Amino acid sequence: MTMPFYVSPEQLMKDRADFARKGIARGRSVVVLAYDGGILFATENPSRALHKISEIYDRIAFAAVGKYNEFENLRVAGVRYADLRGYSYDRQDVTARGLANAYAQTLGTVFTTESKPLEVELVVAEVGDGPDDDQIYRLSYDGSVADEHGFVVMGGQAEQLGRRIAEDLRPGMALGEALRLAATALGTVGTDGALLAAGKERAIDPTQLEVAVLDRARPRRAFRRLTGAALAEALA
Amino acid sequence: MREPGRLGDAFLRPGSSSFLDFLNEHAPELLPSAGPAPSAGGGSLAPHATTIVALVFAGGVVMAGDRRATAGMMIASREIEKVFPADEYSAVGISGSAGIGVDLAKLFQLELEHYEKIEGSLLSLDGKANRLGTLLRSHLPLAMQGLVVVPLFAGYDLDRGVGRIFSYDPTGGRYEEREHHGTGSGSVFARGALKKLWRPGLSAQEAVEVAVEALYDAADDDAATGGPDIARRIWPVVATVTADGYRRVPEAELEAAVEALVARRTEGRRLA
Repeated sequence: MTMPFYVSPEQLMKDRADFARKGIARGRSVVVLAYDGGILFATENPSRALHKISEIYDRIAFAAVGKYNEFENLRVAGVRYADLRGYSYDRQDVTARGLANAYAQTLGTVFTTESKPLEVELVVAEVGDGPDDDQIYRLSYDGSVADEHGFVVMGGQAEQLGRRIAEDLRPGMALGEALRLAATALGTVGTDGALLAAGKERAIDPTQLEVAVLDRARPRRAFRRLTGAALAEALA
Repeated sequence: MREPGRLGDAFLRPGSSSFLDFLNEHAPELLPSAGPAPSAGGGSLAPHATTIVALVFAGGVVMAGDRRATAGMMIASREIEKVFPADEYSAVGISGSAGIGVDLAKLFQLELEHYEKIEGSLLSLDGKANRLGTLLRSHLPLAMQGLVVVPLFAGYDLDRGVGRIFSYDPTGGRYEEREHHGTGSGSVFARGALKKLWRPGLSAQEAVEVAVEALYDAADDDAATGGPDIARRIWPVVATVTADGYRRVPEAELEAAVEALVARRTEGRRLA
């Protein structure tokens, strides 16, 4: 009879975390940034159909990096969760906090009980009545949640990009300014994945960008994608 | 409602883009038709919502509903709203059992929005009309008990570039209507008025005036349909759907249309 090798829980968790981190780091980054009129989401994504940024509910949006099939599954679950909750109670009772908790529980359970952790990192953001009421939650593959303020970067080289944004970030930026900051930050990663020096950033063509906002001023559904001419104009 | 810590299997199952299917599977108790069917005669329990009209015009469609709900011989509400945006490019109006009708309209709105969010694209107008038929059929047991809901659906077909109208029977049968249609207790009179007033190539403003006049005629002869309430400033709910989307006609425009209509009828002595 063969006996399985003993693996310490520390080692097991570390192996899983390393595995998930490697998967996430392979993808392009997503930048989430608060601006004066709402929350901006931007990423480099040549596909017009396979989105990394999506609408969940009236004031709530979702952004993800990692394996597409895994975060798409979570996105659909989030839409179902939000619509069911809004239908049973009221539209105003659907909150980003509730959704972030449900995601955290799901990610955490998969991380500890399933044979493979989910290789995803998520942001759930909700735009409030004023900039102080905006909420941005970042969720990791192991179910940990962080309540972020101002901005979040996820994916490959997130730390370096985050530092680059933190240098130039200031509260109450207009949409155009925030968008240019996000695009510059995304451009600091070269096509080969190497980091480029400040001032030497790659200019990303607007058609290669996926950009959306949660616009505080919109009456009910705050989510809006920026594409084509509108995006080029905002970037200029 | 079940309150799971983590998102259960039903949430994570791939496949359906339908909220109705998800609700059926995960929380059927939340459906309007949930629970054992009540005994017959439920129809007299619930307030009754009445007349809805819709007509096409050049570049879109108008839908209008009066503001009255009745319970037997009593007026249950003077300002109920029975015309709703189904989504950006369509409108749904309900007549029949008021509470259930409003719930069905809410579920239908959610069904369309859910599909749009999950698929990232809009359903075709025919697809939307079929979904409403399915929803209505799931409601059939209650309809058999007297809680009948008859909706009217109208929208702008983005592929064909025209406004279209769909009517339904209580079993979920779906029928496309040409030019104009009405449903509810006052619809007999409203449809008579529409036949005389409608003509091809109406402008949006003319179509709104025709809709208001048809409801006025319905209220004239049907006790369950409310006319424009000049003392309380309560006007019908009128909405246009065009390539620019759903637009609820503002009160000021309706007030002007009603005043012009009343003045025209008074002057012309067309009061009978």
